[in-house]
Formats: sequence, C-alpha cells, structure tokens
Amino acid sequence: MRERELRGPLPLILLAAVLVYAAVLLLAPMAAIVSSAFAGGVGKVINALLLPDVLLAFRMTFLLALGAMLINTLAGTVLAWVLVRHNFPGKRLVDALVDAPFVFSPVIVGYALILMFGREGWFAPTVVQIAFAWPAMLLATVFVSLPFVTREIQPVLAELTLEQENAAYTLGANRWTTFRRVVVPQIWHGLLYGMVLTFARSVGEFGAVAVAGGAIERYTETATIYVFRAMHDRNPIGAYSVSVALGVLSIGILVVMSLLRRRPSHTAAD
Amino acid sequence: MNAIAAPRGPRSGRWGSWGLRLAAFSYLGLFIVVPLVVISVQGFRDGLATFVSSVTKPAALSAIGLTIWTAAVMAVINTIMGTLTAYMLVSYRFPGKALFNMLIDLPFAIPSLVTGVMLVLLYGPQTAIGGFFEKRLGFPIVFAPPGIVLALLFISYPFVIRTVQPVLMQMEANQQEAAHTLGASPWTTFRRVIFPTIRPAIITGGLLSFARAMGEFGSVIVVAGNIPMRSQTAAVYIYGQIESGSTQAASGVSVVLLFLAFTITLSVDFFLRRRDART
Repeated sequence: MRERELRGPLPLILLAAVLVYAAVLLLAPMAAIVSSAFAGGVGKVINALLLPDVLLAFRMTFLLALGAMLINTLAGTVLAWVLVRHNFPGKRLVDALVDAPFVFSPVIVGYALILMFGREGWFAPTVVQIAFAWPAMLLATVFVSLPFVTREIQPVLAELTLEQENAAYTLGANRWTTFRRVVVPQIWHGLLYGMVLTFARSVGEFGAVAVAGGAIERYTETATIYVFRAMHDRNPIGAYSVSVALGVLSIGILVVMSLLRRRPSHTAAD
Repeated sequence: MNAIAAPRGPRSGRWGSWGLRLAAFSYLGLFIVVPLVVISVQGFRDGLATFVSSVTKPAALSAIGLTIWTAAVMAVINTIMGTLTAYMLVSYRFPGKALFNMLIDLPFAIPSLVTGVMLVLLYGPQTAIGGFFEKRLGFPIVFAPPGIVLALLFISYPFVIRTVQPVLMQMEANQQEAAHTLGASPWTTFRRVIFPTIRPAIITGGLLSFARAMGEFGSVIVVAGNIPMRSQTAAVYIYGQIESGSTQAASGVSVVLLFLAFTITLSVDFFLRRRDART
C-alpha cells in the first residue's frame, strides 16, 4: 500500500485517536513510574539499586537469561533445522507445539516443574535440589523463551537455496564445516535477533521463576521477584527503582532490536 | 511448507540425521510435552469427579469466568484499536512515525510485573486519577476488573498491530486506487477492498492475544491483587492454591486454562489452514 498525506478531518481524527490511545495506555504509566522513582532524588534511586539484595537479584536474572539464551540458541537451531529440512509424520503437530509457551500460563509452567522435581515429585532428585533452587528456575526460563530462536531462523532456513551447500560438499567439505561456513553466515542475522528476543523475554519473566524457585529472599530471587517483594513489604522506593532499571534495560534491548531489524537480512552471504 | 530434499554430504550417513532429529524431539519433549502431561495427569489423578468438583468451587468458577471476560473485553478493544493503528501507520505519512513504530514493541520488552507496578502508580486509590474514579464515580480501577483489562491491553498492545501491518504493507496499491477511481469513498474502499484482505490477520491477532492474555500473571497479580470472587483471575487463583499447598485445586484449574488456550490456538491454526487450502 502507498503512503498518503493526511488530508481532511477524518484521517486527522483517526490519527489523533491512535496516538492518544498509545499515549494513555503506554506512555502515561511509564511517566508515572519514572516521576515516582525520582521524586526523592537520583541519589535515593542509586542507593536502592546498590543494596546487596538488589545486586544479587540482578545477578540471578542475568545468569538465568544468559543460560536460557545459550540453551535455546543451540537447541533452537537444531530444532529449526529439523523442522525445515527433515520430513517425518506428525511434523505439523510438532511445529505447532513450538508455540505452546506463548499461551502456557507462566504460573502453570512453574507448577509443572514443582510437580516434576519437588520432594514428592515424579522425578524427585536425590543428589541435587532442582525445585526451589536455580535449576528449576533455569528450566522455567528456557521454557518461556523457547520459541524465539526457532521461529526467527525457520523462515530464513526455508529460503536458503541449496546450491552453495552442494558446492561446498562437492569441494569435499563435511556437514559440520558446510553448516559452519555456508549456512551460519546466512542465518546469522535472524539468529542474533532471536537471541536478543530470548534474552529480553527471560529478563522479564516473573510467574514461572517465582513458582519454580519458591521466591526465597537472596537465594532464588530475580529482579522481578524483588520488585514483587518490595511492593509487598511497602518498600516503594525499592520497587520503583528496580522497575525503572528493568524498564531502561528493556528499552535498551528494544533499541538493539530495531537496529538489527533495519539491517538487510543477508549481510554476509559468503 | 514445501519439503526440501536435504543435500547429502560425502559422509553424511543416516546416523547424523537421526541424531539431530532425536536432539530436536528430546528438547521439545522435555520442555513442552512432559510438563503438559504432568499437569494433565495430576488434574485427573483422583478421578473425574474430583476434577469436576475442584473446578466448580465458587472461587474457581469465578476466577475462570473473570479471566474469560476480562480477556474478551481486552481482545475486542485491542482488535479495533490495533487494526486502526496498523492502518494509520501503513497508509499515512506523519511526523514521528518511525519513533512511534518503534514504541509499539515496548510492551514486548517491558517485564509484565513492571507493567502492573506502573498501573498501580497511575491508577491506584491514592493517586489523583485513581482516587477520582474510586471516590467520585464509585468505580475503582486498581484491585478491580478494570485494572485487569488495562494490564491486558498494555501487554497485548503489539499483537494485532504486528500481525495486520505486514499484510497491509503487501497489499497492492492499485486495487485501492482502482476502487477510488471508480468513485468509491474511502470508507467503501476500506470496507470492500482493504478489510476482506486483512480480515484473517485481524482474527488471528485478536484470538492469539486473547489466548495469551488468559494466562497472564505478573501484571495481573500486582494490579488486581488476590481478592477471591472479585479480582482473582485463574492464574492468580492457581498461584494461591500452590502457595497453600492444595494441589488438586491448582491442577484442575490449570487443566481448564490450558485446554482453553490450546483450543483457541488450534482453531486459529485450523482457520489459517482452511484459508491456505482455498487460495
């Protein structure tokens, strides 16, 4: 469709409706939290962010997001490859399952992990603790951010022509070398975008990690769980400061995403 | 999707290919199928009668009902505003459009718990706006259903826009111009030419945002609190039952919630497939 100039009253009214809706829904709440957090000065926010509990919580958030990104990047690439290049019965169903985390309530994910790995769980571990500790939180984070890498690189893989790969084979390269030197450079951009999305989603998760990890202070507490606790304990400055920090982090990720999206999809084809 | 014949390398063999497939299936099986099975089995472990009685308790029924109607109200508003937003973004030039286009993804990036905190700050009972609504109009926003709808609108904002926008962008400009030249008003052009093309995308975006919103937890628990029979959604109800250790109630409602979400997702899939078959 072609862009037009805004002429006449109707388009102007409609545009105003769209912009006012976005401003009231998205911008007003953000303005409210920023002004509340900084009402007592920047110093208080910085102090609130440097508390040991907060630093521990952010450390947990980062490690979980990093771990989930690593697992979902490796396994998600394999999954996308199998879904695009292999044929097997029930492929449609398998493909549909990839989207399950989008509609699976995070609380239920956490609950399933407790049922599996809790003390009386199906696979109750004897050596290491999984439920109410970081391993269950990592599993929860992997679950909620599972679709992104696969869904980003699937269409890119499907568009690849096989000529270059076949040329590589003809020249004596094995599968792994061909994948590394021919396929990866072509899907790299989509992969990176999927990784950023995975990270962003992981940083923001609350319900699944809170239930799976039990939300134990300083032990299984992420940044979002800290905000929840601070709201409960009537510690507004802590809640608002960490919320603003998470918000700034998210906006940073968003900027990276939009920079990635603007670049052409096949930068280094060979 | 068309199958592509996989190129066979010199030493490819079938083992490597089976290994990859095994890895992909274990990944999906471990992370998605096993939790699904565990929840379903747990929900029906003590028999169908126990399951039915666990989900027909007044608090459980009220939570499921609240979840469905708040998500439905959100889906209607979000579908209308999202379609309009996508249409304005694609068809008109206006200053600040690039920035606005970027802002749309904001709810994807902002943690939903933070969304809840922001809404409490803006519309809570102690604030100017929230106080006005509650005291003057007798209509509380926070800790009540309107807050839930607002939170769901915030987190679902990009869904319809981002499904409709690409379809509009691919539309042929000349179809529209032809309608115009033949004397159709902009409204007729929209109704007869543009709307039929984007209708599948609108329905998909709306239904998927509905399915996703039913499971929303982080923003809702902050905005709505945990008041049984009044502002407790199904996800918050499940959370409360887990905290108090009643696994039967938690599993029962989980099964219902998952069933609803998957039914909607699968019907979207079915709807799209039928359409693909037709064209």
